[in-house]
Amino acid sequence: MLYREAGDFKVSYQADQQTFPIRFDRLFFWALLASAYFVVPFFINDYWANAVLLPFLIYGVASIGLNILTGYCGQVSLGSGGFMAVGAYTCYKMMTAFPDLNLAFCILAGGVTTAIVGIMFGLPSLRIKGFYLAVVTLAAQFFLVWMFNKVPWFYNYSATGMISSPERTMFGYAITGPNATPAATYLFCLTFLVVLAFLGRNLTRGSVGRKWMAIRDMDIAAEIIGVNPLMAKITAFGVSSFYVGVAGAMIFSVYLGAVEVTEAFGIQKSFLLLFMIIIGGLGSILGSLVGAAFMVLMPVLLKNIMVNSFGWAIDIAAHFEFIIIGGLIVFFLIVEPHGLAQLWRIIKEKMRLWPFPH
Amino acid sequence: MNIKRMMMATAVAVSVATPALAELVIPSLVYRTGAYGPNGIPYADGYADYFALLNERDGGIGGEMVNLIECETAYNTEKGVECFEATKDLGSLVYQPLSTGITYQLIPKATAADIPILSMGYGRTSAANGKVFSHIFNFPGNYWSAASAVINHILDQENGDIKGKKIALVYHNSAYGREPIRTLEELAKKHEFELSLLPVDHPGQEQKSQWLQIRREKPDYITMWGWGVMNQVAIQEAANIRYPMEKFIGVWWSGSENDVIPAGMKADGYKALAMHNTGMDYPLYDDLKTYLYDTGKASGEHAGTVLYSRGMYAGMLAAEGIKTAQKMTGKSNITAGDLRDGFEVLEITEEKMAAIGMPNFGPSFKVSCESHGGPMVTAIQQWDAKNKTWSLITPFNPGDMDVINRLIAEDSAAYAAENNLSERCG
Repeated sequence: MLYREAGDFKVSYQADQQTFPIRFDRLFFWALLASAYFVVPFFINDYWANAVLLPFLIYGVASIGLNILTGYCGQVSLGSGGFMAVGAYTCYKMMTAFPDLNLAFCILAGGVTTAIVGIMFGLPSLRIKGFYLAVVTLAAQFFLVWMFNKVPWFYNYSATGMISSPERTMFGYAITGPNATPAATYLFCLTFLVVLAFLGRNLTRGSVGRKWMAIRDMDIAAEIIGVNPLMAKITAFGVSSFYVGVAGAMIFSVYLGAVEVTEAFGIQKSFLLLFMIIIGGLGSILGSLVGAAFMVLMPVLLKNIMVNSFGWAIDIAAHFEFIIIGGLIVFFLIVEPHGLAQLWRIIKEKMRLWPFPH
Repeated sequence: MNIKRMMMATAVAVSVATPALAELVIPSLVYRTGAYGPNGIPYADGYADYFALLNERDGGIGGEMVNLIECETAYNTEKGVECFEATKDLGSLVYQPLSTGITYQLIPKATAADIPILSMGYGRTSAANGKVFSHIFNFPGNYWSAASAVINHILDQENGDIKGKKIALVYHNSAYGREPIRTLEELAKKHEFELSLLPVDHPGQEQKSQWLQIRREKPDYITMWGWGVMNQVAIQEAANIRYPMEKFIGVWWSGSENDVIPAGMKADGYKALAMHNTGMDYPLYDDLKTYLYDTGKASGEHAGTVLYSRGMYAGMLAAEGIKTAQKMTGKSNITAGDLRDGFEVLEITEEKMAAIGMPNFGPSFKVSCESHGGPMVTAIQQWDAKNKTWSLITPFNPGDMDVINRLIAEDSAAYAAENNLSERCG
């Protein structure tokens, strides 16, 4: 009933092509955005920011990035953890080398460096595909982590090889360091996510995105109709790595504050991101965000329910968490192999026709 | 505040908002799962059992019941941060994360929240300098005194001359494993021995190449900074290449029953550092048996093992800190800030340990505003595979304090400069 198109006439191509063609969706989106900016910051506390919202926002950026590469351009990558590390270490070097530089620029610099590194590791994709490409990106993962461990210049010769972010402010509010308020860090990450998601959405439905999808669907056919595979794949690797690098820089500077490369950016991060986009939905910006939310919120939710509400022993709860999350992943993939975004799409179709489906 | 509570309750069913009654809240960041679980479990049990005993036998500490809140970290820093955020507003008194990585994360956060961290024998070594690290305590020993203790022991074995000898460090490739390198390098310069570094990546099952290198280099001594499954694999590998076990010395985190039992008789003679004693020969175990094991309130399956003893020791130090703070403030329901002040004047004496039922368990020492590092004395323990016991073979000896103090001053000054801290303690 709510989901009506009746009376919502589109009189221009622009109106017909918009991201949210249904009025209800549009209104809901703006209301959500408004509450994210104007309501949540007043109620957020440390726990909500650091355990739930920051990881969701940051992994959201990263999974949009990986989705551009894997979901839109069809190139499998297992190197996301390593690329995140590039972003984090670039950000760290910029923060310590230029103490007066605004944090946002350090993070963007992390993204740009990662894009360059990503393009370098993406070059083999012109010759090899599928599993073989996955192995090459896996090499990137291990090589990058090894390098950040091995070369002391990257961690400013600190005794432990850990990097920790000094305090940086924006408009007078601390964003990094122990004195950062949850609202400030939340708004900072939210802004990054909103801008980058907007950019990603519009990239993927423009000519660039269409070229990526053409390559994904059948690269030979795409080449015949005039898509340059070199440019398409390189741009996909570049843009995707930029997103992943920005996320890595934010994980280091805003979310964790101190990072050790093997632990924070190991292979399990690459898999985590891959799970996010597979569960959320390949080739969908909404799917990236839903997938990130699922993988971040589920463990916290389950832990809180089992340990705090039921009072179970923590080790039993931790093991149950694995079982339940694994089971849910299998369940969702059986019910809807195209991810949660596709599920939402189907629900939406049904709702538009309800209550007269025929 | 009410709306915040409601949001918390409804949205994610977080029931952490239950108000703390008059009780002492002690969060316990533990890992009972994952690759490091086998080492995390006995420690967590020891820690929990000590406070459970105080509750059962004495009705808490100074009349206040202890509420121990366990939170699973799986030795993962992100989960550790989540645990910290979830528990810090519940009136948490002290954090003992049992992870160098998590400790590094929490140092600035806990300092800002005015909650002390007791990183007993792990974490950031230079936190021993109380002038810079106001809320971090790492008595009774740290990694640099441990590294020095290893070298001192080797010096003893070689009658004071180790010039030209080869010493290999097999270490967990993380902040934890890298901690001793700087000290060992300094000592290598001083005593003119050759140091070779062999990193092992998480989780440490894969060590073939490192031990191949050891076979090639034939080091005179090996020391190890390992944790979890890495210890067992390394000791097994050493046994496989028939490396003389009495020349293989682990740090105190590489010297528990879990680590040596898998290698069986071949591990006989393996040495490790010790910051405290171990075994069941303490009167405290009678009470633990009466109040906990026999009543079924705790299983006691790890009782008497090295890591259980360490958990108990950690609990004892925290409890003594609380008692000191209670005496200082004159109230039983202390805050985290009071406990910090209490730790700073904590004194562990022989009489105190005997009164607790742990005579001779650890060194006696005194903490001060300047020195949060305690005595930095270390003993060597050796594994007897036939009787399956660890026994101390040296008394608690101090390390090379000139080198250690200089390095601590350097590193803490760097931290102070990075974070714009000025020195405390007048």
